[in-house]
Amino acid sequence: MRETTSLFLVGVGGQGTVLVTAILSKGLVAAGYDVKMAEVHGMSQRGGSVSTQVRYGDAVYSPIVGRGGADALVAFETMEALRWIEYLKPGGKVIVNDFRIASAPILMGQRDYPDNVLDILKACADTTVIEASDIAVEIGNPRVMNLVLFGALVESAALSAIDWEPVIRSSVKPAFLEMNLAAFRAGRNAVSPGEPERPARKTPRKKIVKESK
Amino acid sequence: MLMSSPKVTLLSGNEAVAQGAYEAGVVYASAYPGTPSTEILETLCKFRDDVIAEWAPNEKVAFESALGASIAGGRALAAMKMVGVNVAADPLFSAAYSGVNGGLVLVSADDPGLHSSQNEQDNRHYAPFMKIPMLEPSDSQESKDMMKAAFDISENFDTPVLFRMTTRICHSKSLVHLGKRQEGPRRLCPLNLTKFDVVPALARRHRVRLEARLKRLAEYSETCEFNRIEWNGPKIGIVTSGIAYQYAREVFADTASYLKLGFTHPLPVRLIRDFASKVEVLYVVEELDPYLEDFIRQQGITCIGKEKIPRIFELDPAIVARALLGREPETIRADMSPVVPRPPVLCAGCPHRGFFYELGKLARRRSVVISGDIGCYTLGGNEPLKALDLCICMGAGPSMAHGAQKVFNKFGDGTRVVATIGDSTFFHTGIASLMNAVYNKSNTITCILDNRITGMTGQQDNPGSGTTLQGESTPPIDIEAVVRALGVRHVRVISPMDLTHVQETLTWAFDLDEASVIIVRWPCVLKKLDREERDEYTHKAKFMTVVEEHCSGCRMCLNVGCPAVSFDRATGKARIDPNACNGCSVCAQVCKWSAVVNGDSANA
Repeated sequence: MRETTSLFLVGVGGQGTVLVTAILSKGLVAAGYDVKMAEVHGMSQRGGSVSTQVRYGDAVYSPIVGRGGADALVAFETMEALRWIEYLKPGGKVIVNDFRIASAPILMGQRDYPDNVLDILKACADTTVIEASDIAVEIGNPRVMNLVLFGALVESAALSAIDWEPVIRSSVKPAFLEMNLAAFRAGRNAVSPGEPERPARKTPRKKIVKESK
Repeated sequence: MLMSSPKVTLLSGNEAVAQGAYEAGVVYASAYPGTPSTEILETLCKFRDDVIAEWAPNEKVAFESALGASIAGGRALAAMKMVGVNVAADPLFSAAYSGVNGGLVLVSADDPGLHSSQNEQDNRHYAPFMKIPMLEPSDSQESKDMMKAAFDISENFDTPVLFRMTTRICHSKSLVHLGKRQEGPRRLCPLNLTKFDVVPALARRHRVRLEARLKRLAEYSETCEFNRIEWNGPKIGIVTSGIAYQYAREVFADTASYLKLGFTHPLPVRLIRDFASKVEVLYVVEELDPYLEDFIRQQGITCIGKEKIPRIFELDPAIVARALLGREPETIRADMSPVVPRPPVLCAGCPHRGFFYELGKLARRRSVVISGDIGCYTLGGNEPLKALDLCICMGAGPSMAHGAQKVFNKFGDGTRVVATIGDSTFFHTGIASLMNAVYNKSNTITCILDNRITGMTGQQDNPGSGTTLQGESTPPIDIEAVVRALGVRHVRVISPMDLTHVQETLTWAFDLDEASVIIVRWPCVLKKLDREERDEYTHKAKFMTVVEEHCSGCRMCLNVGCPAVSFDRATGKARIDPNACNGCSVCAQVCKWSAVVNGDSANA
């Protein structure tokens, strides 16, 4: 029996969290998991704070967790990690992009973007900071930041046994494939540098049970 | 173990509903877009060889068209968000009397938590009110299976069926086994038209029939496959439906028995009584109103429900655990004070920005009430634009404006009322509202913000856009011609990108003592433009930039509330993000120092 694992992805409308959630869900389904994912459309997309959730295991009931329910929190934007931190389980992991998007009160000069978010996160949770924007710019397109973070998530959440590259291939436009794959690999290396590329495994189940404990 | 195969795939509830309707042989579907229901028709329209899928101008029209399709013998579906059912309620109540020919299903997508809505109504109450059967799925597989069953129920019992979903069902994805399409029974001959003529004499007979039908449906409910018991012993029993079932299951796992209800009107009295009698404590776990609980209590059965479980906003497993088990979730404690709010904003380059900027300026100088409507432009009410006072429901902008204006005029108050309404909303119910203002001799100023598309729900075509849901080109409704035909004598069509012109036009309208209409036309910045539109609607600049030596740091440009424009406290200068900016130049027009210039020319 594989316990249900819950991933919580947060960011700002337009950052590509939805694509990552789609790739993640697809790969988990292909690996034989029961999967549920939740997202919210509409008003919240207009540059507002967005969140999606992915839950996987042998049998998943609720598509969402409540406060204190997520095993890992992936924040595509720095301040969003702190906004949603109460959804993380004590002992859960934070993967946070060191990347700031000013919200309306900050743009208007009414508030400052907080400088201490990463310190607060590090003090309260097992936090991995990813310079996804720098990495994406190095690769050639700031927009593939989302795949950098996905790579980091795959390493941090013990999902590296799944062969993700075919899933990515089937999820992005061919013209952007190589760039997305490069971003994904760079994200993985940012978390586990120096480790050799792992061979893809067809039946990853046992491996995952161990690592997700 | 669910394994991925071509036949098993992750679908959202909305996609699964579309798939279920397709498999059930639906031939006609109509909807007005509304979160969280929009993707149902967007999915159905892909089955273009088999299904006629259409956007209607409003939910009433959508349901009436679906009823017509049913009368002609096709299986038909109408989909809408929960407030849309209010708009469609008139024909729905009567269709409950008349019955159907081809199976007829109404999807109501409710929005607990008000993610994208103006209220949190629980549309389950419509089922007993309209006296029609109701189904409530709890995941995507059920959304598909129940949709197929809904058409059979509709035909077998000669009634429309209410298919009630919620945001978390609509927008969550879970695994679904795909099936093949069956052709729905076509009952074209003989056409039973008389039953659809609900004149009082016939409606009285229908009224009697309706009660008899409800009795048969109640019997059906007792044995319906969607009302089932999951027995795990007598300690705790939970009656639940919809997404709340998943939350209860998550919290109690195999430590409780469940009466999982999927066919929730009429409710199965004997099944509930039987289940209740076998358990030591009975919980009712449901989101929003005590719909199940009230019914259960009416049967004299003791249960625990809303005294512990919140009756407002969404539930989740942690809320259910806290309510029923007193288990406070363990969370990480952190200093949250640095977190700055991140409200949704009008996009960079949004055509509403320039208009609301000028309207807001004017409203601060004069006594003005701005009567808004439903759409992205509700964001025009936020800081810093602050140019919208009222928003109640679709089409209410011009009609509330009219009533308010009449009373202000009677009191000699001098206040003027400006209505703002989008193109899609104007077609929805705004036309009749404007007609009222003309007919009853108002002097309201109605501004139709024509962005050539339905924006907030994600770029759906509408009668003014020139394209149907299935991608066919169609004559676009000419808003100006409609307005003139209604009898409005003072009409101007302007671009929101020229602020001086916006200001002059508003002043012109304020000086009139008759109803006037300003059509503010520019396509949504997210709209994919065709060649003709690209020629007509282009900006001179690709992006704007701030010439730092000219910038005085006065922050005027921040008053347009554009996410591409920011203020750098370190340098004391404004900045424009060239990647976010689309060159609309609204910020440049408010800069008194000519410090905002075309980004290309600045580089040259």
